[in-house]
Order: sequence, then structure tokens, then C-alpha cells
Amino acid sequence: MSLTNYLVLAAILFTIGAVGVLVRRNAIVVFMCIELMLNSVNLTLVTFARASGTVDGQIMAFFVMVVAAAEVVVGLAIIMSIYRTRRSASVDDASLLKY
Amino acid sequence: MNDVAIGTGEAVVFWILGPIALAGALGMVLSRNAVHSALWLVNTMLALGVFYVVQEAPFLGAVQIIVYTGAIMILFLFVLMLVGRDSSDSVVETLRGQRVAAIVLGIGFAGLVGAGIARATQDLPVTGLAAVQGGDTSNIQAIARLLFTRYLLAFEVTSALLITAAVGAMVLAHIERDPGTRRTQRELSRARFLTDRPQTLPGPGVYARGNSVAAPALLPDGRLAEDSFATGIEPQEVEQMPRPTGRAQLGTPDDALGTLDPAPERGQR
Amino acid sequence: MPELSPADGLIASSWLLIALPLAGAAVLLLGGRRTDRWGHLLGVATVVSAFVLGLLCTVQLDGRAVDVDLFTFVSVGSLDVRAGLLFDPLSAVFVLLITGVGALIHVYSVGYMAHDPHRRRFFAYLNLFVAAMLLLVLGDNYVALYVGWEGVGLASYLLIAFWYERPAAATAAKKAFVMNRVGDVGLALAIFVLFAQLGTVSYAGVFGSVGLLTGGTVTAIGLLLLLGACGKSGQFPLQAWLPDAMEGPTPVSALIHAATMVTAGVYLIARSAPIYDLTPAARAAVLAVGAITLTIGAVAGCAQDDVKKVLAYSTVSQIGYMFLAVGLGPIGYVAGLAHLLTHGFFKAGLFLGAGSVMHAMDDSVDMRRFGGLASRMKTTFVTFGLGYLALIGFPFLSGFYTKDAIIEAAFDRGDGWGSLLGWVAVLAAGLTAFYMTRLMLMTFAGRPRWEPGVHPHESPPVMTVPMVLLAVGSVLAGFLLVVAFPLEEWLAPVFGAPTEAEHVVAPLTVSLLVTAAMVLGVLAAWVFVGRREVPVTAPVRVSPVTRAARRALYADTVNESLFMRPGQWLTRALVFIDNRGVDGAVNGLAATLGGSSSRLGRAQTGFVRSYALSMLGGAVVVAGVLLAVTVG
Repeated sequence: MSLTNYLVLAAILFTIGAVGVLVRRNAIVVFMCIELMLNSVNLTLVTFARASGTVDGQIMAFFVMVVAAAEVVVGLAIIMSIYRTRRSASVDDASLLKY
Repeated sequence: MNDVAIGTGEAVVFWILGPIALAGALGMVLSRNAVHSALWLVNTMLALGVFYVVQEAPFLGAVQIIVYTGAIMILFLFVLMLVGRDSSDSVVETLRGQRVAAIVLGIGFAGLVGAGIARATQDLPVTGLAAVQGGDTSNIQAIARLLFTRYLLAFEVTSALLITAAVGAMVLAHIERDPGTRRTQRELSRARFLTDRPQTLPGPGVYARGNSVAAPALLPDGRLAEDSFATGIEPQEVEQMPRPTGRAQLGTPDDALGTLDPAPERGQR
Repeated sequence: MPELSPADGLIASSWLLIALPLAGAAVLLLGGRRTDRWGHLLGVATVVSAFVLGLLCTVQLDGRAVDVDLFTFVSVGSLDVRAGLLFDPLSAVFVLLITGVGALIHVYSVGYMAHDPHRRRFFAYLNLFVAAMLLLVLGDNYVALYVGWEGVGLASYLLIAFWYERPAAATAAKKAFVMNRVGDVGLALAIFVLFAQLGTVSYAGVFGSVGLLTGGTVTAIGLLLLLGACGKSGQFPLQAWLPDAMEGPTPVSALIHAATMVTAGVYLIARSAPIYDLTPAARAAVLAVGAITLTIGAVAGCAQDDVKKVLAYSTVSQIGYMFLAVGLGPIGYVAGLAHLLTHGFFKAGLFLGAGSVMHAMDDSVDMRRFGGLASRMKTTFVTFGLGYLALIGFPFLSGFYTKDAIIEAAFDRGDGWGSLLGWVAVLAAGLTAFYMTRLMLMTFAGRPRWEPGVHPHESPPVMTVPMVLLAVGSVLAGFLLVVAFPLEEWLAPVFGAPTEAEHVVAPLTVSLLVTAAMVLGVLAAWVFVGRREVPVTAPVRVSPVTRAARRALYADTVNESLFMRPGQWLTRALVFIDNRGVDGAVNGLAATLGGSSSRLGRAQTGFVRSYALSMLGGAVVVAGVLLAVTVG
């Protein structure tokens, strides 16, 4: 058992989040997957903080959480307004940005 | 730099909670229902919170559970309830090759990054945080000391970010109406009576045995009232209140109208 | 070049000479139909008043060369062209010829074009021509001359194509324009060389310093100027446009293509005398051009059936005489210019007479359908006859004095070449007598061969009076210019005082020779044409010489096979290369890029998840490379 286990776990969680972003169409679920990716990064930060013997990593994780909270608020508001105009929360429906 | 050994207890915790966190992540991606996804994610986050506590970051662990799991995920559920289910929950992939490519790339990415990290941190010494926290300096104090000195500027900027986010959310969610365009009660009433349906929409569970959101209202003839279907929930078969069905109980007007069977199309939808 | 004196008196306002006809043209062209009723009168008035003004200026001139400085025309870098007029004896002579003959022809046109719905436009173009021609002869630098040169080219084009609804007229105008352009390029190049070598284009500046140039440069300038002169004057090898230009109305043929514009080449060479004096090679080229052209014109004139074409080839031939004269150098300038003036009179008169005949014959020009017109059109016959006698050099009429002077000058050159040129000129004089007598006989003598329904009648006085005046000029001009008021003395300030030439052949001998040739020509015409019945259609079985003469010695054929066909092949080849090669390459590149970009654009599906997938792919690549680098 070493700290590598945490890091590999974080990498796997990150990848699962990334794949989730790619395969899910519900904007809210996509958002949740992004949260998962952020969380896995937080785990990495905390692990490295412990390895290096400083709390700077924890502060980074703290800031990530704050930013994530702000991002969730704005992101969900955007999803709300998109839903209001398009009656859909599917990311595939907003596909006008193309050739 | 003294290497701190990782205890057996921590290993046990990791090997129990690690699979649980993984299962939560996979469950979130794989479940059709967005509410289930949210709950699976809560599962993963709780496990991560425990990891934080184990890794000498009790403050972050608490914040993870309170803020993330408690506040943010509830916000998610709120929005889910507002938006409801729609076709995006379908399991059919519309983009050709997207799913296969995503999984292949995902496995490749995980393999590469995992291998890289494992190789790079194989012999990573664990310094531990005993030097900065412990004794009479708690974890919170250690964080605060750093946060309000070295990271003070970032901290202040964060407050600006939060204010901006709050204002932005209000702006985005707000529906602008010109002054004076708000309709009076008289106008609303008139508009309602001009429609096919002047009466109020039926509430859930009217004439039904239960009154949960899942139980749609019944029309007087016993059919389900589609107006009262809750979004995001399959309409259930409603257990009805007993009502007069026999010829003797109906009396003469029904006789005259020929409404002998009170619920001919019951449960048709 | 005499000293220039500043403008004074009436000469200071000599710019009005140009401005009057120009204003007339502007009023008539811009005024539209409102001016239809009185437009021709305005056109006549401007030219007549220009003539009066020119006459008064000439009287005041008194042998000086007056420079009338107007304004700065072009000022670019070291090129500083003043718009100025040079009023000297030479230009005065031309001014009088242009405005005098021009005024008569304007009057004649009032009658000739009376029934044309576009008479106003006709007079506008005529006025434009007069203005441009006056600018050509009055400009005090080569650029002003060039502007006038192009102006008369434009007016000539517009007037040849006056009846533009006739394909023949439109084609002839285009031909004239293009062939003129060939010559104009030569003139433009000559001006460029002058500016590059001398830094000035004014006559005073050029003639003052042309002696500093090397012989080769001067010869090049002389040859380029000659090319320009050949184009404008219808000289070999650019003579083919002039006969075709007869498609224009007859007054145009009289004014532009006989009396004035086509003599601009002679003016150019005479004006550039200080340049040609320095280069015997260019002078020899002028001589050769003149001799060849006068022969070609005379031969071709013998076989034409179109009355205006006969006169046109006669013009070509007579201008050949003038070129021959000015090519002879100082001994010939005055002779050439005198012939130019008398030719202006009698050829204009002949053309007006031809116009009168055409007027009577319902615009027919086929001499084989004329005949016996002498009794029906007495005035025309008499005036035409006088012009005819003047042209063939009948003793003591205009042509006799001036043509003999040229032939004398040729013999006076003294060497073998001079004799050759003299004999060629004598021969051509005989041919001239032949074809002109043939014309007279076919038109006025013999039995009428008119088309059914044609009733010849004399023209109205507005047409006959100018003809009479020109006939008087034809008779007297030679005597006046050579004997009474010698042109030699008038032009002395320009070309130097007259010197008594050493005659190699006695003048009397020359006169007898020429007269003998003339009599032979007339007799031959009588034998071949007058004694017999003229066939109504041209005989087909004729000698090769006749056939060649009918085709004007194959000038058009030569031009077509030497220049037009290869030009067309070249054009076609270039168009093919341009379409397939250049355009193909450019279009192909564009199509390739466009196609590939639209195909690549398909990757932009608009689906966010596709974009995210490519981001993940990129991340995998980065991670892989990073790992490979670290491990490797």
C-alpha cells in the first residue's frame, strides 16, 4: 500500500468522468461527470499534499471546491435557461455550432 | 524527510472504499435515470470525503461532505426536478462510433496516465503532515495560516468570483418582463375562460386512494387525467375510491343517460 | 527654328480657333434633340468664325513664330508640358487650309445631309474633328500634337461609322481605328524617346538640342515618327484603311480623308524637319515610303469601279507624292506643302463633286452604272472637270505647278536614286491621268447606264456653291502659291530662305515630260475606256495585273495573312493557355481547397460531445508522447 494507490484511483475516476461526459446526453449528468473529474483531481491534490508534507495541496483542493461551487451555480442556471427556450436538456440538441 | 509508513488500517479503508467509489462513478455513468446518477455520485463523493479525512485533511473531508455532497448535489437534484426527464435518458447512441471511441480512448487514457503515475510515484516517500499540523496546531489552523497569508489575494479574488457567480445565476435564471406587461387577475381569468378548460388543473391523487405525486388524478368517469401526470415519473395504476357502480345505486338520471358502466376505458393509457 | 516672340494682338486669342469648334461640338453633343433644328447652322458658324479669326491672325503674323502660352498641361516629375500654341507660318498655312476647306465642306454638308435624321450629330463630329485638327497643327509640343492626333483619329472613327447601322461602315471604322493605332504607337514611342533622351517635348526644346543626340537615336526617332505619319496618312504599309474609310459620308471623305487629316503625316514630318535634317537614313525611308505608296495608289486606282475608291486611291497616291517631297529634305519641304495645299483644294472639290453625283444617283457609287451625266449636271461636271484637270497636272492649273515642283526636286537630288524617284513619279503622273480620265469618261461621258428609276438632277446651290469655290481654288491655287505669292517666301522663317536649286534636269524638260506622260495617260484612257461601250458589270476574265490592281495589289491579303491570321492563332493559343493552363491551375487549386475544406468541415458536426471526444483523443496523444519521452 502506498500513495500510488490513491493516485491511480484518482486517474481511473477521472477517466470514468471523462468517458461519462462523452457518452451521456443529459446536460445535468454531463455536469455531474465533470464534478467527478474535479473530485478526482482533489483527491490527487490531497494525496500530494500529504506526500510533500505541506498543506498547500489542500488549499488548492479548497479553491477547486470553491470554483466548482461557483461553476455549478452558473452552469445549472445556463442549463435552466437553455431548457426554458428549447424544452430539452440534451446536449445534442444544441448543435447549431457547425459547418 | 522522514518516511511515514502507511498503516494497515488505512489500507483496509482504501481497499473497502476505493471499490465503492469506483462503483459509484460507474453507476453514475451507467444508470439511465439522472436521479440515480446523482445518488451514485453522492456515493462516490462520500467515499472521497472519507479518503480526505484519512489523508490528514479532516477539514476538506468535512467540506466535501457538507458543501459538495450536501449543497451542490442537492442543487443538482433541484434542477433535475425542475427540468425533468426527457429523451436524453435514452440509451440509444445517436452519434456513430461515439461510444466505442469514448471507451477505447478512455481505457487508453486511464492506462497511460495510470501507468505513468504508478511509474513516477512508485517510491514516493510519504512525508506526512505531522510537521505542520498536529500537536497544538490543528488542520484548520494550518490551512487558515496559509490561506490568510500566502493565498490571501487568491482568497479575496474567490469572493469576487462567488459574487459574480451568484449575480450571473440570477441574471440567467431571471425572466425579464417589461413593466406593465404583467397581466392582472382579471386578464388571467378571462384568458383561462377562453380556453377549452376553464377549471383548474386536477391535482394529483384526486379520487384516488393515495395522493402522492406518482398517483395521477382521475377524471369523473374513472380515466386518468393526463394533465396531472408528474414529469419524470411513470404514471401508475391508481387504486380508486369505491364508487357506485350498480343500477340500484345510480338512480334515475344515469338510467336516462345510459351511463351504466362508470369506468369503461379505465387504465387505457 | 526662328526666335519665338510672345503673343500679342489677335494672335493671343488664337486659342479661340480651337475653342470655337470644340464648344460647337460640346453644345451639339450635350444639347441633344433640342439643338436639332439649328445645330447645323451653329456647326457652320463656329468653323466660319474660326476661319475668319485664322485669317486675321495670319495677316498679323508677318513671318514671326508666336508662342501662345496657356497653362500647365502635364507636370509630372521632370516632365513639364505647357499647354501652349505655336502660331508660325507653317501652322498658319494649315489653319487656313483646315478652316477654309472645312468651312466650305460644312456648308456643303448642310445640303448633303439635309435628309439625314442625325444631321446634328454629324455636325458635332465635324466640329470635333476641326477642333482636334487645329490642336494638332497649333500645339507647340509633341504631346499637344499627340492629343490632337488622337482627337482626329477619334473623330475619323466616329465619322466613318456615322452610318453605324451598316456593317461595312462599322467594320471600316474599326479597321481605320486599329491601323491608326499601329501608327500611333510609333508616334507615342517617338515622344517617349524624345523625353527620355532630351527631357523635353516642346518643339523649341527638342529642335534646340536634337543635335546632341547620336545618329542612331535620331534615326530611330525619325523612323518612329514616320511610322506614326504612315498610319495617319494612309501610307505604305498602313495604307489599306483609307479606301475602306470611304464608307463614311462623302463630306467626311472630302474633309478628313482627302484634304486635312490624312495630310497630318506630312505636317508631322515637315514640322520635325530639324530632326530629319540630321538623319539621311530616316529621310531615305520617307522617300521609299512615298515612292512605293504613290505607285501602289496609282496602280490600284486604275481598276476600281467605285467612284469614291478611285478618289481614295488617288489620295493615297498624292500623299505619296507629298511624302516623297518632304523626304527629299530642304529642297522638297515647300514643294510637298504646296502640293498638300493645292491637293486639299482639288481633292476636296473632287470628293464634293462625287458626293453631288452620288446625291443624284441615289447614293450609288458604281461608275459602271453612271455615264452621260455631263448634260444633266452641268455645274457638277464643270467643277469636277476643273478639279480633274488640276489633279492630272493640266498646264497652268494647280497640280501642274506643285506636282512638277516635286518631280523637279526629285531629279534635283542629282544621284541615281533621285532619277529613279523622278521617273517613278512621272510614271505615276501618267497613271493618274489614266485613272482620272477613266473616271471622267465612265461618269460623265458615254451613254447613260443608269439603274432603272434613277433620275439624275443637279444639286441645290448650298452644295454647288462650295464646289464652285473649291474649283476656283483648284484652278488658281497653284499659280497663287508658286508664282504670285510664293509659299517658299512665306515659309522661309520655318525652312530657311529659298535657294536657287541647281537643276540637274531643266524645269522645262520636267514639265514637258510630265505633260507628255499625262497626255499618254489620257489617250490610253480614251483608247481603253472612252472608245468602247462600258460593261455594266465588271469583266471577269481579265489580266493578272488588272486583278491585282482591283485588289489594291493585295494589301488586305498581305495584312491578313501576315498579321491578322497569326494574331488570331496567337490569341487563340493564349486564350487556350489562359483557360486551361492558368485558369485551370487556379481553379483547380481553389476547387481542391474548397472541396477538402468542405469535406473537413463535415467533421464540425455541431455536437459538443464529438468535440469533447477529439479533446480526449488529444489528451491521450499528449499523455502518450509525454510518457514515451520520459521513459525513452
